Amino acid sequence: MNAKEIIANRIAKEVEDGSVVNLGIGLPTMVANYIPDDMDVTLHSENGFIGLDKVATGDEINPNITNAGGQPVTVKSSAVFFDSAMSFALIRGGHIDITVLGALEVDQKGNLANYMVPGKMVPGMGGAMDLVTGAKKVIVAMMHTAKGTPKILKECTLPLTGKQVVDLIITELAVFKVVADGLLLQEIHESTTVENVLELTGADVIVSDTLATFA
Amino acid sequence: MKMIDVHTLDAHIKDGMTIMVGGFLGAGTPEMLVDYIVEKGYKDLTLICNDTAFPDKGVGKLVVAKQIGKAIVSHIGTNPETGRQMMAEEMEVELVPQGSLAEKVRCGGVGLGGILTPTGIGTEVEADKTVVEVNGEKFILEQPLHADLALIYASTADEKGNLVYEGSTKNFNPLMAMAADTVIAEVGEVVPVGTLNPDSILTPHILVDYMVKGA
Repeated sequence: MNAKEIIANRIAKEVEDGSVVNLGIGLPTMVANYIPDDMDVTLHSENGFIGLDKVATGDEINPNITNAGGQPVTVKSSAVFFDSAMSFALIRGGHIDITVLGALEVDQKGNLANYMVPGKMVPGMGGAMDLVTGAKKVIVAMMHTAKGTPKILKECTLPLTGKQVVDLIITELAVFKVVADGLLLQEIHESTTVENVLELTGADVIVSDTLATFA
Repeated sequence: MKMIDVHTLDAHIKDGMTIMVGGFLGAGTPEMLVDYIVEKGYKDLTLICNDTAFPDKGVGKLVVAKQIGKAIVSHIGTNPETGRQMMAEEMEVELVPQGSLAEKVRCGGVGLGGILTPTGIGTEVEADKTVVEVNGEKFILEQPLHADLALIYASTADEKGNLVYEGSTKNFNPLMAMAADTVIAEVGEVVPVGTLNPDSILTPHILVDYMVKGA
């Protein structure tokens, strides 16, 4: 597995049978590939439905059924379509169990920055601010560093998408839980060491007494 | 009688208007109506839409043709031209969290003075807005949006103007159908009155002023 596949595979283990999950564009979307087929998981697509299945190909393509990235997709037989007010009522109302999003920066207080770099790149927040506010569990999925520069910090420097909203940070090297005093390092990837993870992390890290490894 | 030719659109649109356009990254956008506005070159429009789509799709074409003075949207990342015009100060962009945008449009159409949302608390979205505390929790007062003209898309309409939206094309369309002085729907198929299941109609005909037969 490459780094992104390692992240997606590890995040899939957070998904429980019967849960409702929203996956962001890009790396988070890959999580769906690692959820076991026999598990009953409902994927929410913020552009207006639950029951997202997979990217459509060939005859399956219907321009009126697309995901939040604008790609034609297929839906499960139990799918339900609705307007944007209902879609975000589900999000804000606490009816989504897990949201998985990417990050530009994340910090030890659970603050997340992922929607703009002032003066350089301003894609906008889309549904991210609502998702981090309303979802029961917020998981950040990202590469551990930006070409060697830590993205996991004591305090975010970029404009925030959400304040004190992140529950878990999962990278190709580590799994952190956001706790009161900093980040609790719960797992490291089998290919790395605690020392290496600490060196590449710009936050206060508490190494768990029950530190485990993941593949 | 609600059916009009696209060439008569000029009676309902002028430079400087505030327009709402349905669609999510182009899915559910009335492309024929957008193309007509591009062709006629209306300027200084204030656009309210979920996003600015892609340069060659949906409202993205209005941005490329430099017809937008201000865009009120949740996301611009898929249309580099929006970012370029924003940085060059050729166009103003107001970014609104997607769920808040949906509710602002809904409020504009349903007689509400705004909504209280937790989305954006602790972020730049909070700036210059009224924050209200309810039972110890902070909420942002998001005020209504209303437009001069709403351009929406529905897969099927009856001759009276009742609208049915297929799949993920609902998004902002049924909300915008309530929130503008004049509502023009581009419709894929027109069927006789009485053939639609009244339980499936999302937008009742009393909200639709005109219809244009689209693709």
